[in-house]
Amino acid sequence: MKIPHTRPLNLRQGKVEMAHGAGGRAMAQLVDELFARELGNAWLAPGDDGARLPPARGRLVMSTDAHVVSPLFFPGGDIGCLAVHGTINDVAVMGAAPRWLAASFVLEEGFPLAELARIVASMATAARAADVPVVTGDTKVVERGKADGVFITTTGVGVLAEGIELSGANAGAGDAVIVSGPIGDHGMAIMSVREHLAFESPIVSDTAALHGLIGALLAAVPATRVLRDPTRGGLAATLNEIAQQSRVGIVLDEAALPVRPAVAAACELLGLDPLDIACEGRVVAICPAAQAASALAALRDHALGGEAALIGEVVADERRFVQMQTRFGGRRMVDWLAGDALPRIC
Amino acid sequence: MKYVDEFRDGALARGIAASIARQLRPGREYRLMEFCGGHTHAISRYGIADLLPPQLHLIHGPGCPVCVLPVGRIDQAIRLALEHEVILCSYGDALRVPASDGMSLLRARGRGAELRMVYSPLDALQLARARPGREVVFLALGFETTTPPTAVALRQARAEGIANFSVLCNHVLTPPAMRAILEAPGGVALDGFIGPAHVSTVIGSAPYVPFAREFGKPVVIAGFEPLDVLRAIQMLVAQIDAGRAEVENEFTRAVGLEGNRKAQALVAEVFALREAFEWRGLGTLLHSALRLRPEFAAFDAERRFAVPYRGVPDHKACECAAVLRGDRRPQDCRIFGTACTPDHPVGACMVSSEGACAAHYSYGRFRAPSRSSA
Amino acid sequence: MCLAIPARVVALVDGDEAVVDLDGVRKRISLALVEEVGVGDYVILHVGFALQKLDQAEAEATLALLREIAAAEAGQGAGDDGEAAA
Repeated sequence: MKIPHTRPLNLRQGKVEMAHGAGGRAMAQLVDELFARELGNAWLAPGDDGARLPPARGRLVMSTDAHVVSPLFFPGGDIGCLAVHGTINDVAVMGAAPRWLAASFVLEEGFPLAELARIVASMATAARAADVPVVTGDTKVVERGKADGVFITTTGVGVLAEGIELSGANAGAGDAVIVSGPIGDHGMAIMSVREHLAFESPIVSDTAALHGLIGALLAAVPATRVLRDPTRGGLAATLNEIAQQSRVGIVLDEAALPVRPAVAAACELLGLDPLDIACEGRVVAICPAAQAASALAALRDHALGGEAALIGEVVADERRFVQMQTRFGGRRMVDWLAGDALPRIC
Repeated sequence: MKYVDEFRDGALARGIAASIARQLRPGREYRLMEFCGGHTHAISRYGIADLLPPQLHLIHGPGCPVCVLPVGRIDQAIRLALEHEVILCSYGDALRVPASDGMSLLRARGRGAELRMVYSPLDALQLARARPGREVVFLALGFETTTPPTAVALRQARAEGIANFSVLCNHVLTPPAMRAILEAPGGVALDGFIGPAHVSTVIGSAPYVPFAREFGKPVVIAGFEPLDVLRAIQMLVAQIDAGRAEVENEFTRAVGLEGNRKAQALVAEVFALREAFEWRGLGTLLHSALRLRPEFAAFDAERRFAVPYRGVPDHKACECAAVLRGDRRPQDCRIFGTACTPDHPVGACMVSSEGACAAHYSYGRFRAPSRSSA
Repeated sequence: MCLAIPARVVALVDGDEAVVDLDGVRKRISLALVEEVGVGDYVILHVGFALQKLDQAEAEATLALLREIAAAEAGQGAGDDGEAAA
């Protein structure tokens, strides 16, 4: 939708102003010259309040996530592509094919338009690459100090084929536990650029859209029982959640856990455990033991699953503990953290 | 990681553990206290106890500098942040320690306190340079390992005349704490000590000699990695069986007799002994902690700001004191795992990952379903 | 006591500082507490400071001893109750 304006937005030096969220001409200009320009597609073009979606063949799955990451730009990505990938993945781990995204922005007054343009462009690239368009959106502006630059909430809708019933409650004793790649990349990439903790490293976020990888896995192993992406809280949190939901225990083999050397080193430096660190491009899959080899083959065959590994098994355990056989030969629990993983000196 | 991974080798571990098992005198119990939060953490994290026969008891001592800080010291830091509008810089370890009135430093942030987590004291100093209009206070804690870095930061601050930087000093000393354990009324049911790794890097092996002589308990300084701990245990068992009580050093790659003289000199230049200091679990100990020397008074947060120390007794049900002395195991505390968990810690032993309770809860509670005496 | 990790010095920087490397992670740290540290040395790193130079010869000697003990144990094999290793 084109509205006549007196002057184009100053994308190089302009800042977000309260007027940009007020619903008037300024907001229309922001949507038109920044959001629609980058994200532009047939869905957004009419400029209506919502998007009319075609009927779907199958059940619908919906998921939503707010993204508040700081800093906004980090090695390997930014809040924009993170927001797209994260919600695509939440839909995909339900076993559904992600189809449409909605994106709402809360912008802080004073936020540079150049950075906003960069973020939105990144979202657009991610959405196009994943073939999941942003079909509707919203923008609000809050006073300086009330938001960390920008918060983005994405909601995704996908279509679930017949017969797929993935759930965190499905794991059973004897099942194999598989992870699609090295853990801790995203969280440590963020740490590496955090004020006062910064370090140089080759670590980049693993943020990625996983629906293709998951599709390949489910095609090869339709009997997959559980899929989940280990984001905040890391693999430890995800496995503990599943253990609780399924009322089982899990035993991991530390020697089998894939961790990049630089991630392991950065964790040592700060006193963190890779098991507690977020991933944004990995999936945990639990499947019948007899199918583990097929699952691994399907994952490893895909560009995003080359380092997939069998890391443990589900066991009967009333206490629903997640344990690990350490490389050293002993055993310990893998608990989930009370709060954030905090670097320690001791 | 070089000089790290080799000392975590599982195959070597099995060999050493088997060697220890054959070494142990049948029917004899060995009670060894490790005195270093890093060792507490390593023993739990690697499951070292699993490799050793049950005759060998590993008891956690007061080696966690966050755990031995009494509630009143955290209250002091919180008051500084809330009432004096300083930017309080702290290591991550201290942020969740429970203080009075259900508060912690993190919760104080929710009430408006300005908090920054730093990796090094020099980061706090850098913040002071960057924000000349604000008071920046560094919450300094830790044993002798962590004190020299604080000394360097203070010397730099004085040399540059940085007017808005100060330190709230909670540095404590290892030998007095060891002495307090050994002098506990009625004697102490311990056969030997696994000596701290990195504290010893700074202070050397010499300071432990009086303990071995006076109390007849062997001390073996152990490196930080699990193979170091196993080897140190082996060396202790050998001494105990031979009736010897000497100081031995397993961590020869980083610890010498004299320690780091340069670091010791820097510390002596900046800090002096406090007459007395209250420790959680050990009571008030003389000459066991440090304060800033008068020459550095301008950088002493306790002098700059009116935040007098007020002693606060531990929560009635909290047994951190007994745990820190090695008198009780975490799992024997009445509120362990029920009222007191890492999610809602009652005592500091549950907060710091080096704390015996947190280590047991996070890594080891699958092993002890029932309560029983040690 | 307290978290410290051996790291390799890869560069010396003006004013008593160095850059260390730990499996690809690099950090600028202070050498204010140590002396005569050069590129290629390993230091024990704690809160951004080198606390001590790691004696690589001693490290190798300790590892050699550990390997000897483990090997002797493997050699003991099953059954015999030989003396404990010295």
